Amino acid sequence: MRRIISILMENQPGALSRVVGLFSQRSYNINSLTVAPTDDPTLSRLTVTTIGDDRKIEQIIKHLNKVVDVAKLVDLTEGSHIERELMLIKVKATGAQRAEVKRVADIFRGDVVDITPTMYTIQLTGTEEKLDGFIQALAGTTILEVARTGVSGVARGEKILSL
Amino acid sequence: MLSGGDMLIRALHDEGVDLIFGYPGGAALHIYDAIFNQDKVEHILVRHEQAATHAADGYARSTGKPGVVLVTSGPGATNAITGIATAYMDSIPMVVISGQVTRDSIGSDAFQETDMIGVSRPIVKHSFMVQNAEDIPAIVKQAFHIATTGRPGPVVIDIPKDVTDPGETFPYAYPESIKIRSYAPPTKGHSGQIKKAVEILMSARRPVLYTGGGVVLGDGSELLTQLARALGFPITNTLMGLGAYPATDPQFLGMLGMHGTYEANMAMSEADVILAVGARFDDRVTNSDVSKFCPNATILHVDIDPASISKTVTAHVPIVGPVVPVLEEMLEQVKASKIKIDAEALAAWWKKIDHWRERDSLGVTPAEGEMIKPQQVIQALYKVTNGEAYVTSDVGQHQMFAAQYYHFDLPRRWINSGGLGTMGFGLPAAMGVQLAFPDAIVACVTGEGSIQMNIQELATCKQCALPIKIVNLNNEALGMVKQWQDMQYSGRYSQSTYADSLPDFVALAEAYGHVGIRIEKMSELESKMKEAFAMKDKLVFIDVAVDPNEHVYPMAIRNGAMSEMFLSKTERT
Repeated sequence: MRRIISILMENQPGALSRVVGLFSQRSYNINSLTVAPTDDPTLSRLTVTTIGDDRKIEQIIKHLNKVVDVAKLVDLTEGSHIERELMLIKVKATGAQRAEVKRVADIFRGDVVDITPTMYTIQLTGTEEKLDGFIQALAGTTILEVARTGVSGVARGEKILSL
Repeated sequence: MLSGGDMLIRALHDEGVDLIFGYPGGAALHIYDAIFNQDKVEHILVRHEQAATHAADGYARSTGKPGVVLVTSGPGATNAITGIATAYMDSIPMVVISGQVTRDSIGSDAFQETDMIGVSRPIVKHSFMVQNAEDIPAIVKQAFHIATTGRPGPVVIDIPKDVTDPGETFPYAYPESIKIRSYAPPTKGHSGQIKKAVEILMSARRPVLYTGGGVVLGDGSELLTQLARALGFPITNTLMGLGAYPATDPQFLGMLGMHGTYEANMAMSEADVILAVGARFDDRVTNSDVSKFCPNATILHVDIDPASISKTVTAHVPIVGPVVPVLEEMLEQVKASKIKIDAEALAAWWKKIDHWRERDSLGVTPAEGEMIKPQQVIQALYKVTNGEAYVTSDVGQHQMFAAQYYHFDLPRRWINSGGLGTMGFGLPAAMGVQLAFPDAIVACVTGEGSIQMNIQELATCKQCALPIKIVNLNNEALGMVKQWQDMQYSGRYSQSTYADSLPDFVALAEAYGHVGIRIEKMSELESKMKEAFAMKDKLVFIDVAVDPNEHVYPMAIRNGAMSEMFLSKTERT
């Protein structure tokens, strides 16, 4: 099952490699990974999406908690949550395709953030699934480049991840 | 005001360190100069950095205090890696300080540059790269705190050369305490879980206590012994847990697992309740197919590391916590429990166990003539040393024989590389033990394969006048490899023999300034061993020619249940 694990960790050199290294060392999967400092500059928040059965996920969480730089973590998929990912996608847009691409982007509430006579760059935010859906919807066009940030997320309601 | 190098040594002293093991080199020279200028921290010069880590490891295992290592950058650091991995697998508290190239040359492929933090990352509990000399006291404090608390483990401190520059000095203050916000090891077990476990334990009909290295490391042996006696239940130890419960006690079933006793493995297999303490259901215990592992047992698992619980075998009652407070609480609850142990069921269980014991799975059939069986060497060692020696071992058949035939009544006496299985561990580990206990009998049980992996340490032993007794079970082959080749590869001895190129170990020992004794006849085994151990102030290399065809039994049958074992070359369960 797909899980989104969000981690608060020390914003220290080496911290990221310890977390990432743990995944490769124990042969756990990383589907996506985002990391950046939080409002507290001494802390970084890292969000990783991974796949595994309950046993594996339990081990991943236990091992992550053992990493000395990891202060706190939450499996967002355990409760209701909001997840978002941002994608910048360059699509060939000439002739009749130009209007079609724009129409699809509108349906997905994407923004055209850059244009040239032959292409659009579209910015799209949403769940991983929505972004995948957009790429599928553009199957008839030529996709030139895709840059995705990976999933970030928070729990719904009053639950917060903080020290 | 102190330089970075002086601060480091001063911080070690303030941390209570009086002995470190190491080897100098370019990037560590400022630190070595700081060592030269003081007399509080003693440095032992080894002959290879791997040996420094094993010696520190042996020191740590035998004393319970962290072992400390100092090496230079590049090859000094990478040579230490095997020893760090060994300590990591067996949860040994260790602090390894490595020199590094100067800060401005990091990343430039400078002479003797290695990314030590990166190379060691998967095999350390934590690591620090020192960026400023002012940080040294706090980093040293944190490193020791992390290495010694929770589930212990090795910590690396990598120090660029310019940080220890004697030309720059800084104010020094060693922190009294330290708090790391992201690090909080458990301090006690969950009382509700302990209660639940005790209820199940008291109601058990066929219980077994299965305990491991965690009890030794957590200094829980005394409490474990009290608990086992209060319950009257049978108890077995893992390879790492030997000595945590007195081996000569009638409740002790011997070691379990791949080369465990018949009675220990049978009892595990038929148990209805297993209390695991500080043991991690390692594959050498469970055998590869965990679905066949003790299918009828309710498993109560105490461990300080939550990740060790339900990793391979699902625990029905997990208890996360340090061994001492958990066992204390268990013992109190056992004593106060309203549930009465079913004496009849327990008596029947013991009867069954006694029946298994009658099989005498560790019985040794003497060879014909003067041929010495390796098991007999350990039996003689046990006798000659009165069972009081610190025994270190290398890895292979001799290690298993030592574990099976030397009956450890005390913890921290049996020192071996269980998790990583590092050949070359025994001799340097023995150095660490002998330095910690100068008057103790320290025996290194080894083989002619393993001993050659760190034989250069005979020179360190000479320099430090360490009267270690090396007991070399010389079967002229890599015995355990050969055993597997016998059992699984129809006796095709691929790269496991070298009889025609073995050194003369007696002459070799003498070349290093020690005493060498060769034993070839069974009739001389005990008397010559006695002779060797009587030389109290000398290192004696006892080279014993043993039966080259002997196998270690019992031996678990691959992918079988705990109850499936070979008991000899011709018998199986």
